[in-house]
Amino acid sequence: MELTISIVIGFMILGAIYSIHAKDLLSAVITCGIVGYGCVICFLLLKAPDLAIVQIVVETINLIIMVAVVLDSSREESYSKLDSQGYISAITVFIIMVVLLYFFTVSTRSLDVLGKSTLRMAGPYIEGAAAKTGSANLVTGVVFDFRGYDTMGEAVVLVTAVLGVLTILRLKGKK
Amino acid sequence: MIAYILCFILFLVGLYGAVTQRNLVKIAISLSVMEFSTFLFFALLGYIDGGVAPIVNPAEPARIYVDPLPQALVLTAIVIGLATTALLMAVIIRLYRKYGTFDIREMKNLRG
Repeated sequence: MELTISIVIGFMILGAIYSIHAKDLLSAVITCGIVGYGCVICFLLLKAPDLAIVQIVVETINLIIMVAVVLDSSREESYSKLDSQGYISAITVFIIMVVLLYFFTVSTRSLDVLGKSTLRMAGPYIEGAAAKTGSANLVTGVVFDFRGYDTMGEAVVLVTAVLGVLTILRLKGKK
Repeated sequence: MIAYILCFILFLVGLYGAVTQRNLVKIAISLSVMEFSTFLFFALLGYIDGGVAPIVNPAEPARIYVDPLPQALVLTAIVIGLATTALLMAVIIRLYRKYGTFDIREMKNLRG
């Protein structure tokens, strides 16, 4: 199980690296799809069908938006060699990586091994959730019943984002 | 454990792209990669060996379910990720129409 997921994540890493270094923006965007759809496969393997359904829809819309933007503008990337500022960025990102690696090793010490997760938080959510919420799907029960206010906040964020997109893309401003 | 580490490497790849790349579309792609690695990490945290998807079947109730809580959190985060990406791409296409380039360095030089 862990081996399968590791192989899929390995492909996702390769896709991400190619996507970042691709010369053509269209191929970069499409290679970014490897990461998203690899995520879908991992969700299916991890027994999360709700996430897989949502992710496959979201990733498709994501790709459509990105491809539309790239086709509406230039495809080539004016790739140039690293200059002094590029070296400064590379050194900065290396330092950030080392710091993050340290904190990752510190914080993953307290984690369970993959597949041996203990239900610390979700116990009360699972016990009798189907009877309490009336929903056979526990994820739906958590999203729409126990954490309903979170979902309302999410809807507010979505509406705000749509308003933002409409405002930014409005062709004529008010005179 | 190796899956956690690979997930972290995916995050680092996205971080590298977001900091070092000069093309706005590639920065947006890198941010999506970081997002996806975080979602995957959450889904990995909730996995239990031999567990089934958290859907109650009244016929056989005594099964082990995987943790539904990280899945619910990620479900919210995925949709918000789409909203932020759409907003980001709207800003990017607007900047392209104004400056005629995706390169953030040239935009800085064109300022004023």
